[in-house]
Amino acid sequence: MRVRVLALIACAVSLLIACGDKPQTMGGSSSDTAAYQGVANSFAAPGWKAGDKANWEQSLKARALYGQNEYSRSAASK
Amino acid sequence: MARMKFVCDAERCIECNGCVTACKNENEVPWGVNRRRVVTLNDGVPGEKSISVACMHCSDAPCMAVCPVNCFYRTDEGVVLHDKDVCIGCGYCSYACPFGAPQFPAAGTFGVRGKMDKCTFCAGGPEANGSQAEFEKYGRNRLAEGKLPACAEMCSTKALLAGDGDVVADIFRNRVVQRGKGAEVWGWGTAYGSRQAGQKTNGVKS
Repeated sequence: MRVRVLALIACAVSLLIACGDKPQTMGGSSSDTAAYQGVANSFAAPGWKAGDKANWEQSLKARALYGQNEYSRSAASK
Repeated sequence: MARMKFVCDAERCIECNGCVTACKNENEVPWGVNRRRVVTLNDGVPGEKSISVACMHCSDAPCMAVCPVNCFYRTDEGVVLHDKDVCIGCGYCSYACPFGAPQFPAAGTFGVRGKMDKCTFCAGGPEANGSQAEFEKYGRNRLAEGKLPACAEMCSTKALLAGDGDVVADIFRNRVVQRGKGAEVWGWGTAYGSRQAGQKTNGVKS
């Protein structure tokens, strides 16, 4: 009887050994929040809605065109 | 889908280093680390050209390929970022990068090489967007604030363009058409020859 109990305990322990095993996969990070989700601080640029990807993309595109393409604001492009 | 890219217009860059300063200020980059720098070709010779260089956020980034701990990741916008908690500071990415983008602070005891630091396209890191923890490790997350990288937005001559690849390509193309030159510096034709489809090479390298 005692041997059987000991054998059962040994069996249970050997089965639980795997529970302490650490994953050995490569620890790459992919848990970043998407940029269009916005920020929690007060520095966000106005004119777009956090969480709306299409709106964020459109806002950035407009910002890039207005801020970086002076031809769109000058007579030279017309 | 936006795919963020930088392009520097060598016809406009005046080597003012405003982009370098803007980057250091915006992200509070430590002493000895330059995420962006201005490179001048034929310095001092009439016709010298300057370009501002940082991480180009490669579509097939060699730094990602060589990293032994897989600390790099690419966002949906094509920005190559890394996790400083995973980085072991081995420096492989520095050897692999053709632009010299990865930087290593040497502020540790005995000048020990610290965690890698590089341009984030002002997109922070894996921590919560805009959090203090993210700022301390990676700098500002301007992209999540709906802004473009500080270096490009601060560029006085608008030589440095940043944003969706399609948008910056359109801006640059329009400039080249308007001024009639400058396309020879960048692009497919420069990298692979300017022979158009169907034309003969006549044995001459174009």
